[in-house]
Amino acid sequence: MAQIRIENVRKEFGSFTAVQSSSFTIEDGEFFMLLGPSGCGKTTTLRMMAGLELPTSGEIYIDGEEVGMKRASERDIAFVFQMFALYPHMNVGKNMSYPLISQGMSRADAQKRVLEVAKILGIEDMLNRPVGGLSGGDRQRVALGRAIVREPKAFFMDEPLGALDAEFREHMAEELRALHDRMGATTVYVTHDQLEAMQMGDKIVVMNHGVVEQFGKPQEIYDWPATKFVAQFIGSPSMNFLDFHGNVEPNADKVMIDGHQIDIPTSRDGAVGDLSLGVRPEHIKFDDSSNYKGEVTAVEYLGTTQIITLLTPNGTIKSRIASDIQVNNGEMIGLTFDARTLTLFDNTNGQALVSEANEGALNHG
Amino acid sequence: MSFSVTEPSHGQKWFAGILVVGYALITLLPLLWIVATGFKSGPDSIAYPPKIAFEPTVEGYVNLFTTQTRLSNEAKLEAVDDLPWYEQLVRERGNTIVGTSRYSERFFNSIIIGFGSTFFAIVLGTAAAYAFSRFRVPLKDDLLFFILSTRMMPPIAVAIPIFLMFRNLGLSDTHAGMILLYTAVNLSLSVWLINGFIDEIPIEYEEAALIDGYTRFQAFYKVVLPQAATGIASTAIFCLIFAWNEYAFAVLLTSGTAQTAPPFIPTIIGVGGQDWPAVAAGATIFLVPVMVFTILLRKHLLRGITFGAVRK
Repeated sequence: MAQIRIENVRKEFGSFTAVQSSSFTIEDGEFFMLLGPSGCGKTTTLRMMAGLELPTSGEIYIDGEEVGMKRASERDIAFVFQMFALYPHMNVGKNMSYPLISQGMSRADAQKRVLEVAKILGIEDMLNRPVGGLSGGDRQRVALGRAIVREPKAFFMDEPLGALDAEFREHMAEELRALHDRMGATTVYVTHDQLEAMQMGDKIVVMNHGVVEQFGKPQEIYDWPATKFVAQFIGSPSMNFLDFHGNVEPNADKVMIDGHQIDIPTSRDGAVGDLSLGVRPEHIKFDDSSNYKGEVTAVEYLGTTQIITLLTPNGTIKSRIASDIQVNNGEMIGLTFDARTLTLFDNTNGQALVSEANEGALNHG
Repeated sequence: MSFSVTEPSHGQKWFAGILVVGYALITLLPLLWIVATGFKSGPDSIAYPPKIAFEPTVEGYVNLFTTQTRLSNEAKLEAVDDLPWYEQLVRERGNTIVGTSRYSERFFNSIIIGFGSTFFAIVLGTAAAYAFSRFRVPLKDDLLFFILSTRMMPPIAVAIPIFLMFRNLGLSDTHAGMILLYTAVNLSLSVWLINGFIDEIPIEYEEAALIDGYTRFQAFYKVVLPQAATGIASTAIFCLIFAWNEYAFAVLLTSGTAQTAPPFIPTIIGVGGQDWPAVAAGATIFLVPVMVFTILLRKHLLRGITFGAVRK
């Protein structure tokens, strides 16, 4: 088990830069999520950590040892592929013992170890079956088994649930998380599914266009996004932005939006120009005494909650409210925002302005 | 009654069956004729109308493997009972065996050159195809096209340059020369076919093997090769069939030591007239190795032809 440290790692493919100078640290035993849209460099980052790609520059430390230019086989890690990559010409047991045999373990010892792991995963009765006939979930378990038998320093998983159908994915996600809690191995997990990342991860790195946008605990990232990209990528519906032109003084605790004064957490930064006020859908409250009004344009019923789409002077926003509140299309509704949860963004660079509320979450990342 | 869209109807199945049987008859009839002729006697083989029912004899095979001469009048009077069965058979036609023919030698040449060139075409082709498929080869597409372009003319178009080259290099009429030539001709085919098969194998298998602690070569050998076996086997069949049946270069470049069976078979001339049963016997035996090879690999051949048609 090991700590993994990425320092200024950069990867170029010809003239295309896949990963731009990224740095972050994965603590020993953490379940760490690399999250981002496709093409953001998350898989490339993982592959560099695993030794399947060599970084153009920068250092990768596994357990304190610089491994950036080492072969994959010398890094003592295990990799779970999205398409599982089970050797199709071998049966389940052979697939699982294959990495052990390569290390020079005797066949008898390897078999014993494979059986132990198979029992953990509940696949001990399919060791003699060919991998071809297995269901997606069983293949996934075998792929995990092949990774676990070696007791590597770290597990790297590249969208391991991506090939499963939705119903089963949830189940496997739980199983994976439980397995991790039981074994306590450092795990790096690549996904483009923000729900999966929040649900399973101890920590999340959000990447976009090869850049690390934010790095932190799921709740910090959800509550205090460092950039507009993160704010939009995390959460469904995503964070709302009230776009306005104005200025924020350092130490201000109010902004003027469209002639209305709105309370914000005390700002540390100051900014002038095109700004956005970010507010999560569940932090918008309906209050007829408020002068800031929006017109209801759509109502989506989701069971316990409903999503109300509102047209405001500063753009369309979505609010999540309890479903027992009666709302009709075309209605004008007064809106208030929970002042403790707001984040201001500078639209010129997409960065969040540091305030009293988010400085803790933003500064360590 | 089935209402499936994809399942052919009863009538369609019958129609397809008749087509297959008809096609099989057309292709197999000449083969059957050759095999049958090999077991006919000389007069039966040229009888008109052709004889469907005939008394089988191995005379053709005996003639194929022996050289004979007419018996002198005195010898005709000798008792034949003590002689071996093949000598007796020959004596019935007034001939006697004076030695073995060169057929077995030619046949053996065919085996060495055919299988030898197939072996090299496959080994080199697999290595090249793997490199093309997995490594960033500069000008990859141009190179692949260039390799294919060697197939765009009939090989015999370059017969004269090759003839001169072989003469100057001392490769004429040598086994090595023929193996080299057939390997060169087959290589473009094998690189292209095997490249296609290796492209179909996801690279993740090798990456998994690399992480599991294997070297690049072990990953190739233990993970890629078993999965490409089907493609390699079917490519091997194509290469062997070409090298085995090749006639024009064999006529041109071989005569004494390295001559293969195809140019030799037409030169089988019996004593007193063309010996068709011996020619047919030679052709029949010549068919056997390719047939055995193809039957052994037929499972792969079928999969090889349809491989990659449907993505699983």
